[in-house]
Amino acid sequence: MPKVKIPRKSTTVDMTAMTDVAFLLLTFFMLATQFKPDEPVQVVTPSSVSEIPIPDVGIMQITIAKDNRVFFEMKGQQYKEQLIERMGKKYQIAFSQDEIKKFAVISTFGLPMNQLQQFINLKSEERIKIIQKGIPSDSLNNELADWIWQSRLTQNDVRVAIKGDQDVNYPIIRQIIRTLQEKKVNRFNFITSAEVAAIK
Amino acid sequence: MAELEGGGGGHKKGGKKPHGKKLSTRVDFTPMVDLGFLLITFFMLTTSMNKPKTMEINMPVQEGEKTPVPASQTMSIILTENDKVVYYFRDSKTGDPLTPQITDYSAGGIRSAILKENTSRNPNIDSIEIYKKMYRSNLIDEKQMKKHISFVKEFKDGLIVIIKADDKAKFKNLVDILDEMLICNVGRYAIVNLEEPEKELIKQAQTTLAATNP
Repeated sequence: MPKVKIPRKSTTVDMTAMTDVAFLLLTFFMLATQFKPDEPVQVVTPSSVSEIPIPDVGIMQITIAKDNRVFFEMKGQQYKEQLIERMGKKYQIAFSQDEIKKFAVISTFGLPMNQLQQFINLKSEERIKIIQKGIPSDSLNNELADWIWQSRLTQNDVRVAIKGDQDVNYPIIRQIIRTLQEKKVNRFNFITSAEVAAIK
Repeated sequence: MAELEGGGGGHKKGGKKPHGKKLSTRVDFTPMVDLGFLLITFFMLTTSMNKPKTMEINMPVQEGEKTPVPASQTMSIILTENDKVVYYFRDSKTGDPLTPQITDYSAGGIRSAILKENTSRNPNIDSIEIYKKMYRSNLIDEKQMKKHISFVKEFKDGLIVIIKADDKAKFKNLVDILDEMLICNVGRYAIVNLEEPEKELIKQAQTTLAATNP
């Protein structure tokens, strides 16, 4: 019987299709990625079944850390510039144009007004190292109330989002809700993480 | 002869010149693909797909008239320490609190209590699920569904939940109970401050719990 010759096939595979897919995915992930802004404190939000997404603009965020420190953030650079100017006027601190610009790029902060100027003038890598002691929010010295009120003056329809750690004690939450109510904010949001809806 | 040939076929490739080895146009893609996948892996790991969600809270306006509610229609829920929750109803005639019950946030705990109360007081509560199903099968649009659901939820004899929390409760507990309001379709609820006599009720519930399982 004659020997059957098997034609030798090349081992190289056409990788074009795979490359196409790979780069398509790469492009997708590159565009979809939002890098987390450096936050001064890590907060584990409680989970909920609520599915309302959080808006990107027109929002101020009050962060409450596990150790009851309160942080504040206003979204939107132009509003932040107005906000710091107003706060400066209120507390008789003269912020220079340069400082205002610098403040506009700081995300979350938690410092009393008298330490803020010094903090702004630090380099960004030094800012991370500093342990911020939180914005005073008790009834004696409620700077948070001023932040909230002045933010509302810069932007008419600003919303308030409270991002609390799941282990924060209730009194501090109550204190903040009361502050909000005093400043005529009766609608606000709690930031939560998504949870699979429980089936009853 | 040879020269003639060379001259004649000038435009011809090669000609008399020694044939250059024909190079393949294929390029080895392997390193590029490697790099591509490496970057994909990096971006996949750094991307956080689930954006945080929010839940909306509406507090009553502080100054302004308070709407009186019949005591018998209310269910008071007090959040307390160790992830426990105390709830009680009020007597329909005197308005005095009835024996407080203590339970937890599990599905068989506070949720079943709220669900039981809500269904017994609101006869139309089951229709919420039907409206949701109708929306899913595109029989009604979202606006209609929301209108119908809020109509059912606002039923005037329905359950009113009053949420209170003592100083040892955690933020998580508050979010959990607000979640239950969503799950159990409770339309009317409010977060209010804890009053002194209710601290006694918590103690009472805690001691009964301790007595039942020592």
